[in-house]
Amino acid sequence: MSIYLTEVRKAFGPKEVLKGFSMSIEDGETAAIVGPSGIGKSVLLKHVVGLLRPDAGSVVVDGVSVPELDRKGLHRLRRRIGYVFQFAALFDSMSIAENVGMGLRRIPGWDRRRIEDRVEDCLSLVELAGMGDRYPAELSGGQRKRAGLARAIAPEPKFLLYDEPTTGLDPVTTSAIDRLILRMRDELGVTGLVVTHDMTSAFRVADRITLLHDGRARFSGTPAEVKAASDPVLKGFVEGDPDLYYRDGWRREGMHAGGQDHGA
Amino acid sequence: MTNWLLGAFAFVGNRTVSGLQGMGRAWGLFLGATASIRNVDVWLPHLLPQMARVGVASVPIALFIATFTGIVMSLQASYTLTGAIPVYFVGTLVGKTMILELGPVLTALTLAGRVGANISAELGTMRVTEQVDALETLAYDPLAYLVVPRVFAAVFMFPIVVLLAIGIGIASGWFTALQLLDMSSPEFVKGLRLFFEPWDVWFAVIKSVSFGAVVTGVGCYFGLQTERGAEGVGRSATRTVVVASMLILCLDAFWATVLL
Repeated sequence: MSIYLTEVRKAFGPKEVLKGFSMSIEDGETAAIVGPSGIGKSVLLKHVVGLLRPDAGSVVVDGVSVPELDRKGLHRLRRRIGYVFQFAALFDSMSIAENVGMGLRRIPGWDRRRIEDRVEDCLSLVELAGMGDRYPAELSGGQRKRAGLARAIAPEPKFLLYDEPTTGLDPVTTSAIDRLILRMRDELGVTGLVVTHDMTSAFRVADRITLLHDGRARFSGTPAEVKAASDPVLKGFVEGDPDLYYRDGWRREGMHAGGQDHGA
Repeated sequence: MTNWLLGAFAFVGNRTVSGLQGMGRAWGLFLGATASIRNVDVWLPHLLPQMARVGVASVPIALFIATFTGIVMSLQASYTLTGAIPVYFVGTLVGKTMILELGPVLTALTLAGRVGANISAELGTMRVTEQVDALETLAYDPLAYLVVPRVFAAVFMFPIVVLLAIGIGIASGWFTALQLLDMSSPEFVKGLRLFFEPWDVWFAVIKSVSFGAVVTGVGCYFGLQTERGAEGVGRSATRTVVVASMLILCLDAFWATVLL
C-alpha cells in the first residue's frame, strides 16, 4: 500500500497546472518530484494529503482514494501522514514544544506525560533538544524547518511529505536536513515524497526522481538514470541550462523559449 | 459610447457575480462552522482565552466611549429640552438612548474595529503562512479550532461589555447632570425611571448577541479568505471593519423593526 497518482488534472481558473500527472511511490521508498518554482509541485503534494481535490484522475494513499474521503476519513488518513511545509508553518503563538505536540493531542489515549516524552524524543531526533520552550520567531530558518519536521514525525506517520525542505537554507544546513530525511527513511521506515528544485538535495535523498514538466511527469528514474538521461529538458533542468530546458518551445507564464522573463 | 456602456454592464455583472460568490462562500462557512460545533473537544479549551481576548480586553475602550457618550447625551438633552419640557427628561433621554441604541451600537462599532480587524488579521496571517493548512494536516478541523470559539466568545461577551457600557454611560450622564446642569439625583432618577421597561434591556442584549456573532463571523470569513501576503492581510482587516459596521447598522434597523 503506498501512494499512487494517476492522470491527475488540476486547474485554477483558466490556468491548467496539472495535465495528467502520474507516478507511484512504493512502501519505504523516498521519491522526489523536481521542477522549477511555480510548476505545480506543491499543488501535487496538497492533493496527496487532501488539501486539494483533483479535477480529474485518482489519488490513492495507503489503499484509500483521497478525493472520495469525507472530513472524518481525511482526518483518519492525515494521522498517517506527516507534512513538512516549505516555510515550516509553525504556529507562531505557541512554543516549539506545543507545536510539536499539536498532532499528538488528537490521538486518543495519549496523556500529558506521554505527549511530553514524545515531544522531547522528536526534538532530540532533529537536534533541537532543550529548545522546546522557545517560540518560532526565536529560531533560525534551518531550526524552524527542523521544528516543522519534528512536528510532522511526532504522531509516527507512515508517510512524510516534504515541501521544498531545503529552500533558502545554506549548504551546511541543507545537508543536515537531507541527512534527517534519510534518517526518517532508514530509522523510522517512513515512505517519503519530497518536492524540490534543489537537484543536489534530490540526488542525495531520493530513491527515485520524477521531473514535473508542463503538468505531466516528463521523466522518472533513479538518480543514476537521471544523471545518464539524454532528454534535453531533464538535462537542462539538472544542469541549470535555460537554453536546453526551454529548447522545445515550451512556455511557462511570463517565460518563453530561451528563458527570458517577460513578466519582469 | 457603446464601449462605455459595455464596460458599465461588465462592471455591474462582475460585481454581481463576485458578490453572489462571496455570499455563497459565507453561507458555506456558516454551515461548516455550525457542523463543527459538535467537535467540542477542539473548541472548548479555547473558549475562555477567547472570551478574555474578545470581551475582557475590550472593556476599557468600550467604557471610555460610553463615558463620553453619556456626558454628551446629558448636555445635549439639557440643551434640547429647554422651555416647557421638565428638566428630569434629561434622565429619560440619557437612559433610553443609551439602553436602546447608543450602548449596543457604539460598542459594537468600536469592537468591529478592535475585535473584528484583529481576528481577520490573525486568521489572515495564519492562512497566508499555511498555518491553517498545517492545522488540517494535523487532523484538526480549522473551523472548530479557529471560528467556533471566537464566535461563541463574542456571543457570550458582547452583551456583558454592552451592559457595562450602558451602565457607565448612564452613570456619566447622571454625574454630568449633577455637576453641570444643576439637577438633583432624585430628578435624574425620576426621568430615568419614567419610561423604563425591563424589555429595553433584553432588546439591548439580543442586539449585542447578534452584533457579536456578526463581528467575529465577518472577521473569520475575511481572515480565512485572505490571499497574497501582507497586502492581503491588510485588505481583509479593512473589509472586515467596513462590512461588519454595515451589517451592524442593518441589524440595528432589523431588530428595531421586528422587536419594538
